[in-house]
Amino acid sequence: MMDPLLPRRVEILSVAEEVQNVFTLDLRPPPDYGPFEAGQFNMLYVPGAGQAAISVSGDPRDKTRLRHTIRREGNVTSLLQAKQVADHIGLRGPFGQGWPLAAAEGGDLLLLGGGIGLAPLRPALYQALAHRERFHRISLLIGARSPEQLLYYPELQHWADEGSLELQVCVDSASATWRGRVGVITDLIPEAEFDPQQVTVLMCGPEIMQRFSVRKLRGLGVKGEAMYLSLERHMQCAVGLCGHCQLGPQFVCRDGPVFPLGKIEPYLMTGEF
Amino acid sequence: MYLWSTQQLQALIDLLRARDYDVIGPAVRDDSLHYERIDSLPVGWGDRQDAGHYQLRERADQSRFGYNLGAATWKQFLFPPRETLFRVRDGDFVNCREAPQKMAFLGVRPCELAAIALQDRVFTEDPVEPGYLARRKDLLLIAVNCSQAAPTCFCASTGDGPEVNAELPTDLVLTECEPADPYYLVEALTQRGQDLLEEVGGSQAPASARQTVDRLMDATREQLTRALDTEELPGLLLGALDHPHWDDLAQRCLACGNCTQVCPTCFCSTAEDHTDPITVEVRHNRRWDSCFTQGHSYLTGSVVHRSVRSRYRQWLTHKLASWVAQFGRSGCTGCGRCITWCPVAIDLTVETEALRAAP
Ligand SMILES: Cc1cc2nc3c(=O)[nH]c(=O)nc-3n(C[C@H](O)[C@H](O)[C@H](O)COP(=O)(O)OP(=O)(O)OC[C@H]3O[C@@H](n4cnc5c(N)ncnc54)[C@H](O)[C@@H]3O)c2cc1C
Ligand code: SF4
Ligand code: SF4
Repeated sequence: MMDPLLPRRVEILSVAEEVQNVFTLDLRPPPDYGPFEAGQFNMLYVPGAGQAAISVSGDPRDKTRLRHTIRREGNVTSLLQAKQVADHIGLRGPFGQGWPLAAAEGGDLLLLGGGIGLAPLRPALYQALAHRERFHRISLLIGARSPEQLLYYPELQHWADEGSLELQVCVDSASATWRGRVGVITDLIPEAEFDPQQVTVLMCGPEIMQRFSVRKLRGLGVKGEAMYLSLERHMQCAVGLCGHCQLGPQFVCRDGPVFPLGKIEPYLMTGEF
Repeated sequence: MYLWSTQQLQALIDLLRARDYDVIGPAVRDDSLHYERIDSLPVGWGDRQDAGHYQLRERADQSRFGYNLGAATWKQFLFPPRETLFRVRDGDFVNCREAPQKMAFLGVRPCELAAIALQDRVFTEDPVEPGYLARRKDLLLIAVNCSQAAPTCFCASTGDGPEVNAELPTDLVLTECEPADPYYLVEALTQRGQDLLEEVGGSQAPASARQTVDRLMDATREQLTRALDTEELPGLLLGALDHPHWDDLAQRCLACGNCTQVCPTCFCSTAEDHTDPITVEVRHNRRWDSCFTQGHSYLTGSVVHRSVRSRYRQWLTHKLASWVAQFGRSGCTGCGRCITWCPVAIDLTVETEALRAAP
């Protein structure tokens, strides 16, 4: 019988810095690793240290590598950053519910990514851009602590330049040489190009950003059913057994991490729940 | 239905032991009642319980099941408090779940049987937890109807007692009668139970046996003083997340986690690695966790459930409300342990009533 708690040993293909304290880790997919959906995550395990939930940040069509973009936070993520090519770690996954891209077809797509929250959104972008004709306008709004912390910027800028999507950026603080916006991501929302009646919103980032974005979007007439949020909670087993990631009746690992707003709104809006 | 003497009850234990079963049942140790490997049943013990109070007492009779519940639950044998899930040896992940010893649980109360059925849902449906399943698969269950209730019991409110629900998986059901010189009415609910019944022997119970059981159960029902109003409870609790009564609770609750440790349905666990300094072998160990700890809702640099208020709210809303959506019914089987073992006598039936009242 398959033990959902037993990791598989996987080889590291590369470790590369993205921006300060953020790196990309490519793994060789195990032979029986199923196709993953944009928005799903893996549990990466460093023996002796523990596990961390990390979203797949690469292109779902690329079967040669499993890409993760990781911010160094503590124990596990620091050890992951110190790994070398050809080292091995443990992997379980893919887990959870991904982004509902099919439901968004025919309308506008609005993506909001705060900080490392951009990582789970990137596979959705790859997928949407591979079938660009299925969507009307695609807008991506991103927020970062500083211009130096902007993730995937050249790639995103390239997509914007070729006209595949509208990109808007803001940072919390910047030096005088920064000519872009300083502020919060919610300020960008009213300026983005989308039809509130025809849009599907995908967002991931700090919970406070998600709460304010929901309010702002509501105010512009976007319906709750059209908003999808990827949430973060303490996660260990990733299969609904350890109990840590609960948000009301939802297990974030199994029923999420991507939720339609309606499923979680009262809980998300209640402090400390 | 069969009628057994105390000798035949002992013969059942002997028979199971001869068949290589670990017979797990009640034992008196350290002034309280435990469940552990036994070769005979303790005789003439009862208990006094109330909110925040437990005392073992000697009864003036020969009853084998004259107590209600102790702090121990059967959960410890199916979902052990500590368990190694796998080892990492020379870079390889080695599944080290051991083949379990066959077990027979003797003396499972109706509410406890319901709790086992609930944990079955958690651990054997989606996903299947292989360690739990391996221990559970051949488990033999010998249940006992409750011929008396403790003041902390409220199983009738949750529909789990005081009589065994025959829909639940159990092999034999015993009813203890005439505690001064007890005999047992025994019913088999599975073929395996029927075989055991016939092997142990005994006589056919008299035609009036069913009425005897009914009468005893009615008497126990009359003793149930506590109640939990479950009407519309999930919606009510999840709709009362900002109720001021949570603040009142936070003034009293110590966040000690006793309630979660004694609850037969709580399933939260945490995993941690232990590295042997000499062999450098890593063991990935799992242990019971509690939603009252800070680590339970840890996120790098922060904690979701910072206040005691939010931790108690997590425990109660999960147990009585979220469980229904997650597993098809409430996570409470009315055993009353969390009431008895709370050091400050917090009683979820009372708190729930207060949360029902408009703020
Ligand atoms: C569904 C999901 C997807 C995620 N995707 C990404 C991603 O793509 N990139 C990224 O950089 N980060 C992501 N995170 C956050 C990432 O899991 C944490 O930053 C990471 O677990 C921190 O571990 P650590 O050991 O380095 O930190 P420490 O603070 O040292 O954490 C110690 C321990 O806390 C436990 N822990 C469990 N869950 C979490 C959690 N959610 N946050 C913090 N600690 C946790 C782990 O057992 C960990 O070993 C995601 C989280 C979730 C829930
Ligand atoms: S919540 Fe309390 S009364 Fe209900 S099953 Fe758990 S310990 Fe028993
Ligand atoms: S309710 Fe009682 S037993 Fe539970 S954590 Fe609070 S003080 Fe401890």
